Amino acid sequence: MIHAVIDGIPVEVEKGTTILQAAESVGIKIPTLCYIKGLMPDGSCRMCMVEIENRGWSKLDTACSAHVSEGDVIQTKSEKVIASRRGVLDLLLSNHKTDCFSCAGNGSCKLQDYCYEYGVDKTSYEGEMTEFPVDDSNPFFTYDPNLCILCHRCVNTCNKIVGRGAIDTAERGFNSIISTPFGVPLRESSCESCGNCVAACPTGALSSKRQKEYRPWQVEKKVLTTCPHCATGCQYYLIVKDGKIVDTQAADGPSNKGLLCVKGRSGSFDFVHSPERLTHPLIKNKETGEFEQASWEEALDLVASKFLEIKKKYGPDALAGFACSRSPNEDIYMMQKLVRCAFETNNVDNCARVCHSASVAGLAMTLGSGAMTNPIADITQKPDVIMLVGSNPEEAHPVVGMQIRQAVQRGCKIIVVDPRDIDLAKHADIHLKLRPGTNVAFANGMMHVIIEEGLQDMKFIEERTEGYEKIKEIVKEYTPEKVGEICHIDPEDLRKAARMYAKADKAPIIYCLGVTEHSTGTEGVMSMSNMAMLVGKLGREGCGVNPLRGQNNVQGACDMGALPGDFPGYQKVANPEVIAKFEKAWGKKLNPNPGTHATDIWPAAIRGEVKGLYIFGEDPIVTDPDTAHIIKALESLEFVVMNELFMTETAQYADVILPGVSYAEKEGTFTNTERRVQRVRKAVTIPGEARPDTEIFIDIMNRMGYPQPYLTPAQIMDEIASVTPSFGGISHARLDAGETLQWPCPSKDHPGTPIMHVGRFARGLGWFYPAEYVPSAELPDEEYPIILMTGRILYHYTTRAMTGKTPGLMEIEGKSFIEMNYKDADAIGVKNGDKVKISSRRGQIVSTARVGRKVSQGESWMPFHFPDGNANWLTNPALDKYARIPEYKVCAVKIEKA
Amino acid sequence: MLEQSYYDVTDGIIEQYGKKASSLIPVMQDIQAKYRYLPGELLTYVARQIGVTEAKAYSVATFYENFSFEPKGKYIIKVCDGTACHVKKSIPVLEALYSELGLSKKKKTTDDMLFTVETVSCLGACGLAPTMTINDEVYPKMTPEKAVAVIRELRGDSK
Repeated sequence: MIHAVIDGIPVEVEKGTTILQAAESVGIKIPTLCYIKGLMPDGSCRMCMVEIENRGWSKLDTACSAHVSEGDVIQTKSEKVIASRRGVLDLLLSNHKTDCFSCAGNGSCKLQDYCYEYGVDKTSYEGEMTEFPVDDSNPFFTYDPNLCILCHRCVNTCNKIVGRGAIDTAERGFNSIISTPFGVPLRESSCESCGNCVAACPTGALSSKRQKEYRPWQVEKKVLTTCPHCATGCQYYLIVKDGKIVDTQAADGPSNKGLLCVKGRSGSFDFVHSPERLTHPLIKNKETGEFEQASWEEALDLVASKFLEIKKKYGPDALAGFACSRSPNEDIYMMQKLVRCAFETNNVDNCARVCHSASVAGLAMTLGSGAMTNPIADITQKPDVIMLVGSNPEEAHPVVGMQIRQAVQRGCKIIVVDPRDIDLAKHADIHLKLRPGTNVAFANGMMHVIIEEGLQDMKFIEERTEGYEKIKEIVKEYTPEKVGEICHIDPEDLRKAARMYAKADKAPIIYCLGVTEHSTGTEGVMSMSNMAMLVGKLGREGCGVNPLRGQNNVQGACDMGALPGDFPGYQKVANPEVIAKFEKAWGKKLNPNPGTHATDIWPAAIRGEVKGLYIFGEDPIVTDPDTAHIIKALESLEFVVMNELFMTETAQYADVILPGVSYAEKEGTFTNTERRVQRVRKAVTIPGEARPDTEIFIDIMNRMGYPQPYLTPAQIMDEIASVTPSFGGISHARLDAGETLQWPCPSKDHPGTPIMHVGRFARGLGWFYPAEYVPSAELPDEEYPIILMTGRILYHYTTRAMTGKTPGLMEIEGKSFIEMNYKDADAIGVKNGDKVKISSRRGQIVSTARVGRKVSQGESWMPFHFPDGNANWLTNPALDKYARIPEYKVCAVKIEKA
Repeated sequence: MLEQSYYDVTDGIIEQYGKKASSLIPVMQDIQAKYRYLPGELLTYVARQIGVTEAKAYSVATFYENFSFEPKGKYIIKVCDGTACHVKKSIPVLEALYSELGLSKKKKTTDDMLFTVETVSCLGACGLAPTMTINDEVYPKMTPEKAVAVIRELRGDSK
């Protein structure tokens, strides 16, 4: 240990501790401008200068970079130090305008604060100042180089934390400027508009356009909550002024580490105050087909009486309900309770059915629990190798993507298995550009190589698994050459990937919808756990099988029992003991038959078996495959009720629309992809007559004859804990006290479970599922020669119901497009930017071609966010046999010049 | 769009130094030497090939005066404006060159691509001040008149 004295206070620190860290440890604050905690010191601003005396000499040095030496006597506020800092500020002001009134940074500017503190009101070095043009091209922020003090916090944030590297310092000396390559406007650069650089800027040089709406001292409150977009679970504050959300500010959450993406920072609250919000109950006039405003009494009475009528006439299984994966756990719990206790059916599901139901089903079969096995921090900070399969986290889970980019910068190897040249593929050590729909063949090929080369973990296999002999037999057939042919990859690359993954000490599999959204999705998922078990990479740090879940609370929607075969906590409907338990808890005789999956409800509706549907915040016309088929099903239903914020495409088919409230207007919890339960807090009041969804459900339950008392969200969580062993110890009180809990958390004194399957699988023994490769349900042929894949892009979330209300996001990406291979485009005379007509056996749409090499020849890719050419008119509703998930990732299409 | 040959040449240069971040400067120097400028497309290409961000490569290329995104002339004239040359009146030499060639601080290369005039901070030949180099050949003890004469001579040569 090293001993020193700082401002008269003795300190004892480890060797290698900087003076800044040592000072902080005893509560002494040293001013900094360029310093970013956690990164190597930049040392460029010279603001943190301190005076060090030792063995008779004395010097000034930067506290951020100088290490404490034995016997140092350090002064942080001596005359020399103050003079040095004044000098730094004086020089900075020599090239920095001081018209602070008109600056967006006024009140949140460190330069302003320090100049005030050190009494520097103007520069003593008057002269020429830089006059650079202001870059106002980005819809969310502005860069004014004339206010820049060249501290490089933005550059270091973009390069080392976000990992994008869109900007750097260009030119030299007086002409130095933070710039994109070749000085192109930010909007045209590789910038992802995440705004983490803006948050890092100590002056007004990089300023959010939102800052025009408020001054820091006008902020009424900051409300800590959880982002409502993807399942990363980023923590941030909603900034409220005059009862309106005006901005966000990143918080240092366990999964986001102070980072946000463009959707979280800039696209998470415009929709809350959108004038398009539904604020009154609406009932469709059967004669005119128009919606008419109704009172809550009228609307709720109608809903209850119609559902009761259908139940009486056709039986309870003629009713069904879909819960909303974007809503809090408490809402979802009440929704499934409504379906089970008031509808008296298990026909309840959520949109996991169309994204990760294959993970829930597959991993439950092989490991015993269908969730991400390891935390985000663990699989990005610990591993030597990351194997990323069918996942594009830089766009779909951007803050996870940023952490993967950090891992790559640290030297972690990365294997990308994806049919597209996603950005991470450029940094990959190996990119297996698979033919879509061949994941099982790929995994079996990996296992073939691992076993052939004796790289499997026999101890792990013997002690913790079953089914090894069978899978060994199966994969024998999957030689790299055979797999290379099926998957369109180089057999040698497959061998390299297998060796790299197997030999790594710590290597997680991170996967997403590229694995699940196939007619063999569940087998694809089980192939992931097969690979991990084969090399013993489960149940320990930096490893595991990790599905990145889609929606903010889709993990929670499954956990809460919005599944036809599962009560909360995956307690099976098929188990009579479970039924008995819930009958006792809920005081109600329950339907013992597992319900129908959401994707099977549509055909059942067309067949006339399902008559009444309650949809909570889903928009299946936009999101489900084969749009024409969904519309037909909705038209076949007798009675459709929706809880919605907006008049979505599906809402137009409803008979009654009940205006619910957004995440910013209610209390509750979201469970992120790593099973972490985090608070959602009310920031603003509810618009119009809209009501919290839990209250709507409770009113309907009571009207339908199931007595359900009103409960606050905190009380609902207590009820959840009382019936759900894995949530047994979770309460709002614990979360509000600052704990972050990952389930399983069985008791009040349990700290939660970061890594699952340690020592023993939830299932007991892990099971090698004997998966054989089966081709996709619809393969290209002469008439429809191109494979179409679908997916999400960085700037929008699925239906766009929320992100579409942020004009800046629509400005960046507001129209449908299709990625085509240049050879396919050439063959039909299509150039980049041309309109194309795309047709499948189910429908046709027009979109704009983006021609390049991102997809392979014979393949194409489309997002489904945009109504002008939604890919789901084309997609194939072929379903997986276990999870009933549709095959979004492969259908056959024909592309023609439009 | 650059011709494929540029990329092939660049591949050869990269191979010589290796695909690593530290190859950035020597690779860019060799490209600059070969083409008398650093084509922007090649900067982007090199950055991707050796694994540095395009922004970083641009940062390095703009930091050093030697790299130019504009093609330079056949004769690259470097007028020394280091302390010794400056006090021995290098600026009049520079101005004479500018006026003879119709160039300025902003416009450094003549339209006929014959001459590029740059300043450097010290050529290490202070005893010969004021000095300049043309394609690495040293011209000592310059005066505005001598400088103009050299230009006229070179111009005559090349015609």
